[in-house]
Amino acid sequence: MLSIFQYDFMQRAFIVGMLIAIITPCIGVIIVLKRLSMIGDSLSHNSLAGVAAGLAFGLNPVFGAMIFSVIAAFGIERIRKSFPKYSEIAIAVIMSTGIGLAGVLSGFVKNSASFSSFLFGSIVAITDFELYMVIGLSIVVLLAVILLYKELFYITFDEESARLAGIPVRAVNFMFTLLTAVTISIAARTVGTLVISSLMILPVAASMQIAKSYKQTVVFAVVFSIMFTVSGLYISYYANFKPGGTIVIVGVISLVSILFYNNIVSKVFLKRLVKPDCQKY
Amino acid sequence: MGKIIEADNLNFGYSERLILKNISFSVDKGDFLGIIGANGSGKSTLIKLMLKILIPFSGDIKLLGENINCFKKWDKVGYVSQKVNSFNGGFPATVEEIVGANLFSKIGLFKLPKKQHKEMVYHALDKVNMQDYGKRLIGNLSGGQQQRVFIARVLVSEPEILFLDEPTVGIDAKSEEAVYCLLARLNRELGLTIVMVTHDIGAITVHANRLICLGQNGLFEHKPEDGMTNEFVSELYGFGVNLHIHDCKNCRK
Ligand SMILES: Nc1ncnc2c1ncn2[C@@H]1O[C@H](COP(=O)(O)OP(=O)(O)O)[C@@H](O)[C@H]1O
Ligand SMILES: [Mg+2]
Repeated sequence: MLSIFQYDFMQRAFIVGMLIAIITPCIGVIIVLKRLSMIGDSLSHNSLAGVAAGLAFGLNPVFGAMIFSVIAAFGIERIRKSFPKYSEIAIAVIMSTGIGLAGVLSGFVKNSASFSSFLFGSIVAITDFELYMVIGLSIVVLLAVILLYKELFYITFDEESARLAGIPVRAVNFMFTLLTAVTISIAARTVGTLVISSLMILPVAASMQIAKSYKQTVVFAVVFSIMFTVSGLYISYYANFKPGGTIVIVGVISLVSILFYNNIVSKVFLKRLVKPDCQKY
Repeated sequence: MGKIIEADNLNFGYSERLILKNISFSVDKGDFLGIIGANGSGKSTLIKLMLKILIPFSGDIKLLGENINCFKKWDKVGYVSQKVNSFNGGFPATVEEIVGANLFSKIGLFKLPKKQHKEMVYHALDKVNMQDYGKRLIGNLSGGQQQRVFIARVLVSEPEILFLDEPTVGIDAKSEEAVYCLLARLNRELGLTIVMVTHDIGAITVHANRLICLGQNGLFEHKPEDGMTNEFVSELYGFGVNLHIHDCKNCRK
């Protein structure tokens, strides 16, 4: 069973996979609860444009991804201010920008194989430099979300009251935007730009189905994320699938199972004691 | 008695058009001030000026004797907005987590809550009679219970003044009465100064010791003990209104 660890590249894949699996849902929880689920897709397409720019002009592609992703993230924040309550507009505009740039810039990339490796990631083929970068940045992101745990919670729940209660809302929001962009760009290299957004949302969605508090939502999301990643990596190794895609499929199947259990099983066996609350809205 | 709020000659509008013109009033320590007026007369705007969410075009505001521009003691100020209709009901947070949130600035950046903070949370929940609901998800409570949780959330940081903006909109009559009785008790027993916007003229005249009305001709004060007449209310709201006399037997002393 543990034979896959005899390979150096699988050890790396597991280290990187676990780190990404831990940090993505930490960011994902806030994103989902702020109703910005699509932001991951938007930023990852901009990362892809950054990758193309990097490959085309001889920069490190991960570095390129990070720059584009950070600019895009602040772009979204800026546009959101002009359309309060319509965050989708900002996300869609920046996503289109990213797709357009990625399309144009990819035309300048000579080695198209290296470019397409960013679409679904190449977790088993990362270089030493990328390994250290992922480890370093993951630790930074993790520390930041732990240290800002309660501030992020309050701002996500009720930004206006958080400001009145003396939380430095602007500074924390700035940090969070930066963390989101960085997380997406480092995950782009490993699990792939097309996959990263799912990795942020799926564990959170699964967690929200069973969690009984905010704290549980965060903890369960991280646990789910690790479970999806580990089983996805195992399956991909033995079945010779692409790891990024496999992780997402495992996540989707798990979420569907939880939804199935919650809706069918609990309805049949527990007979829904609580009726839906019609007055709430 | 010290002045808690002094507003002097405030002018404010969202565009060039002034919404609030030459507004002056003051609030003493221990007051229960009701603010009434038709929709769009600027009641919420006035509260937001007091909270520095908005900045007036001209005029001065003092909170606890200090000019609002230099005011730092925001933990002494509590604000309950019209949450029942506006917050995300599906948010996976417990009552305990939400009430505890207002202790965050006291706990300090980067630090985690301790046992004593949890005790403070339950003490505040106790004041609004919600101590048994600490572990419940906020979305699973009724509107009135949610509103009491939001009141507990501001009480936990032990404010000296409480602003409430239509806290009873969207909750049933019984819960509404419970909220009024709770506020009256906090005002009486803890000496908490309360400023409350409401359309419920019947109830506010019973509980508030002062009443100001925002109308087209600016702000004027009305003595609640004089009672309200249908004519007065109709003039204020601009159409025929019949007063519903609110009789809160259980809590009025
Ligand atoms: N954010 C805003 N931008 C522009 N106009 C606003 C805004 N908020 C309120 N107004 C306008 O200001 C006036 C007063 O609003 P408000 O203070 O909310 O009234 P009230 O709380 O008394 O119902 C209304 O005419 C309203 O349309
Ligand atoms: Mg209002």
